[in-house]
Amino acid sequence: MDAAELIAGVGNGDRRALARAITHVEADTETGRAVLAGLYPRTGQARTVGVTGSAGVGKSTLVGGLARAQRERGRSVGIVAVDPSSPFSHGAILGDRIRMQDLTSDSGVFMRSMASRGNLGGLAETASGVVDVMDAAGYDVVIVETVGAGQDEVEVATATQTTVLVTMPAGGDEVQSLKAGLMEVAQVMVVNKADLAGADTAATQLRALLAIAGERPWKPPILKAVARAGEGVEELVEAIDDHQAHLRGSEHAEEARRDLARAQVISLARAALHREALDAARRAGLLEELVEEVAARRRDPRSAAAALLRGVKDGWARERD
Amino acid sequence: MTDEQAIRVLIAKPGLDGHDRGAKVVARALRDAGMEVIYTGIRQTPEMIAEAALQEDVQVVGLSILSGAHLELFPRVVSALDERGVDDVLLFCGGIIPEADIATVQEMGFTGVFGPGTNTEAIIEFVRDHAASPAA
Repeated sequence: MDAAELIAGVGNGDRRALARAITHVEADTETGRAVLAGLYPRTGQARTVGVTGSAGVGKSTLVGGLARAQRERGRSVGIVAVDPSSPFSHGAILGDRIRMQDLTSDSGVFMRSMASRGNLGGLAETASGVVDVMDAAGYDVVIVETVGAGQDEVEVATATQTTVLVTMPAGGDEVQSLKAGLMEVAQVMVVNKADLAGADTAATQLRALLAIAGERPWKPPILKAVARAGEGVEELVEAIDDHQAHLRGSEHAEEARRDLARAQVISLARAALHREALDAARRAGLLEELVEEVAARRRDPRSAAAALLRGVKDGWARERD
Repeated sequence: MTDEQAIRVLIAKPGLDGHDRGAKVVARALRDAGMEVIYTGIRQTPEMIAEAALQEDVQVVGLSILSGAHLELFPRVVSALDERGVDDVLLFCGGIIPEADIATVQEMGFTGVFGPGTNTEAIIEFVRDHAASPAA
C-alpha cells in the first residue's frame, strides 16, 4: 500500500491500512511522513489522553478500565501502549494486551503496542504521530499509556491534551520523586491500589505538592481508584471529560491548542536538528576529532561542543552557497 | 540513521491450556535477539489472535499449544487471518505436536514446527531467515 492508499484506507475505516500506516509512522519512512501530512487536516476531533506513572502502579489495568467505560458511553477508543526496549538487545516484550484481552474482540477498539526505542525519531514525536493517525481514523478517544520512567516518557504524556498521572500508596519517597517534572504536566492524578494502606496519606501528599505548585487555571483533581476491581474508573472518566470541557470551552481553549502545537513543533524541530547536526558532524569526522581532544584533555567539553556547532553551521553555509 | 526496524512477532497461546512457560521462554529469546515481541497471554481465541496480529502489524505469528487441539485450532487461526487480509505473515508453532501431525500443520502454513527441547537459537534463525521486513 502506498501513501495515497493508506490515507484513503485510514479514512474508510480499513483496520489493516490503519495498522500499516502506524508501522510507517513508527519507522519514520517517506511513506509515513506523507501519510501524516495527508491525514493531519482530519485530526483534532479525538480526545487525547496520556496515562503515565512508574512501573507496577497498575496503568494497563486502569487503561483497560478506562477504555471499557468509554465504550459504555458509545465512544470508540484507540490505545497506544508504550513499553521499554531492552537497553542491551533493543528488543522488547510488549505485554499490555494481556490486561486488555477482552478489548481485542471489540471492533470499536484499536490497540497498538510500541517499544520505546523501536523508532528512529524521538519517542514523543513518534507517539504523537501515531495518535494523529488514530485521531484521523475517527477514534473518539485516543489513550497513550507509558511508563513514566524518564524524560522521553514524560514528553510522550505531554503530547496529549489530558495527562493522567497514576501513583500508588508506597510511602513518601514515591510521591517525592514525582516532583521532578511529572507533577507540572499532569491534569488528573490517581492514587491507584487505594485499598492498600496509606492511600489517604498519598493523596494528602499530592495535594500538598500541588499547593506548592501554585494557582493555575485548571486545578488537577486527585482521585482514588482500585483499577483491578473497577473502582474509581467512572470518576476518572468524568475528571477527563471535565478537563476536556475546560480545554474546549474556556477562554484558555485557544491558548491550550496553541501551547500543544508549539510544544509539538519545537519537539520535532529539536529532534530533527539534533539528528542532522550530529549526523553532519559525524560524517565530517569532526565529532571524533573533538572527542579525541577532550579525552586527551587538550580541550574542554564545552568549547568542543561550541566548536562542533560552529563546524556544522559552516558546513551548512557552504552547502547553501 | 542506519538502525534497522525490529522484526515484530506475536506470540499467543490458543485454546484452553494454561501452561505458558514455553511461550515465555521463546518470547524472551526473541526479545534478546532484538525483536519486538507482542505477548498476548493464554486462552486466546483464533479471532483474538488474528485481530491482534492485524492491529500490531506483525511479520510473524508464533503459536504455542500443549492441549492437543492444534488440528482444530490452527486452521481456524489461518482462516481468521485470511478473513482480515493478513496473508503475508510467517507462521510457526511450538509445544506438543505429534510427529504424525507435523506435515499436516506445515501444509496449513506453519512452516516452522518446534517441539519440546528445541534450542531457541533455531527459532531465532528461522524467524530471521524467513520474516518479511517491516514497513516494506
